[in-house]
Amino acid sequence: MPDSATLIMLLEGTCATLYMTLVSTLFGYVLGLPMGIVLAVTDREGIKPNKFVYKLLDFFSNIIRSIPFLILLILVIPLTKAIVGKSYGSSATVVPLVIAAAPFIARMVEASLKEVDKGVVEAAQSMGAGMFTIIYKVLLAEARTSLLVGVTIAVGTILGYSAMAGAVGGGGLGDIAVRYGYHRYQSDIMIITIVILVVLVQILQGIGMLLSKRLDRRVNK
Amino acid sequence: MEKKEIVLELKHVRKDFGNGPVLKDISLQLHKGEVMVFIGPSGCGKSTLLRCINGLEGIQGGEILLNGKLISTENTKWSEVRQKIGMVFQSYDLFPHMTVMENILLGPVKVQGRNRKEAEQEAERLLERVGLSDKQRAFPAQLSGGQKQRAAIVRALIMKPQILLFDEVTAALDPEMVREVLDVMLELAKSGGTMMIVTHELSFAKAVADRIIFLDDGIIVESGTPEEFFTRQKTERAQRFLNTFIFREEKGGDEA
Ligand SMILES: Nc1ncnc2c1ncn2[C@@H]1O[C@H](COP(=O)(O)OP(=O)(O)O)[C@@H](O)[C@H]1O
Ligand SMILES: [Mg+2]
Repeated sequence: MPDSATLIMLLEGTCATLYMTLVSTLFGYVLGLPMGIVLAVTDREGIKPNKFVYKLLDFFSNIIRSIPFLILLILVIPLTKAIVGKSYGSSATVVPLVIAAAPFIARMVEASLKEVDKGVVEAAQSMGAGMFTIIYKVLLAEARTSLLVGVTIAVGTILGYSAMAGAVGGGGLGDIAVRYGYHRYQSDIMIITIVILVVLVQILQGIGMLLSKRLDRRVNK
Repeated sequence: MEKKEIVLELKHVRKDFGNGPVLKDISLQLHKGEVMVFIGPSGCGKSTLLRCINGLEGIQGGEILLNGKLISTENTKWSEVRQKIGMVFQSYDLFPHMTVMENILLGPVKVQGRNRKEAEQEAERLLERVGLSDKQRAFPAQLSGGQKQRAAIVRALIMKPQILLFDEVTAALDPEMVREVLDVMLELAKSGGTMMIVTHELSFAKAVADRIIFLDDGIIVESGTPEEFFTRQKTERAQRFLNTFIFREEKGGDEA
């Protein structure tokens, strides 16, 4: 059984991980949601096709997504320092996390919005609804269950990335696992951090799935 | 029908998706209060024609005029035009996450910026007119096909369009629900609505139409009163088309 100092450390690590994950998810969506909307809208089949804008965003998001996260982490250190003031710790990890998550979130948002029945979108167009009304009242509203499933996936993925950032002093549970489990061979602590990570993912996913089911009106209940 | 003003005019409209014209040279005039019914074999371009009028598809040649004003231009404000030309689709296309009432209010409140209370009262009147008073709070998934289509008609009606386009609105319905939707349309026609209807229900076409237009292969083959069309077809194509229907109806009768 770990002593109380270890327990406190684990508790703090859990909080740091949650903090990184949730803040990064939030900012990931601040960037990724508009990006995903623009991708869906400007696509060839979208409500306002624009090849140039689509290709630009498409290219941009593919580039970032093809950079391995650990490399990205190091690449953006100058930016991280400029924004947060230092390059280690959980706040610093938020910067690369957001940059890695935004394109991935954008792609999920795009996919969710493209799932919306084309007929329903045309029905809105046929009564004169403008682009913003369609985006807000039809696309986002009708895709909301799928969007929430996306949030759940994003949270899980970002949590995983945040643990990876531990390898380079990113703070949180990943950091603890690497420092104690890898460098000091204290595998019991490593196992505990893994268990906590798994439980966190399960809880967050559970909440996400529950919410998305609640919001689904398409099925007769 | 004489001397009524022309609401919609098509002049030599051509539509091409890129692999040969689908509409070749369509010219027609729709007058105020007129009910125009389009019939023709599947794939002849009926849906495409309605979609062009509503701006859901662009045209490659000719002109479309609404109240004498050209609407088939590059910089047409379709949002404004479409408020004057309502459309009802075969697949209803109600917004699944909204109640019937929310579906109906989206147009008047969000698009036209009308007062919500006033729109709600009108929605209630219209729902009553189509026999859906008790379904205001229902979600589309809780309605039958016929009920969904009647709700979709109300959703189009509340915009007070000058013209209503109906594209095979009963084609996806179970037979016992066809009637309830056609009755609503018949009532709209009687109360002076200006409508363009695509349908395969020939007896309905006969009852509701001021003019029947027979389309085949992207051209208007015949255009006349229901009486003319059903008793004295001018072309062999129309005759053949009607014959296949009569045969189908007889066969259907045998099975019943
Ligand atoms: N988006 C499209 N792209 C290419 N061809 C199309 C498209 N929509 C319709 N068509 C073609 O146009 C023709 C007319 O279709 P449509 O107007 O749906 O016929 P109808 O409604 O009379 O059954 C068909 O040959 C169809 O394949
Ligand atoms: Mg059709």
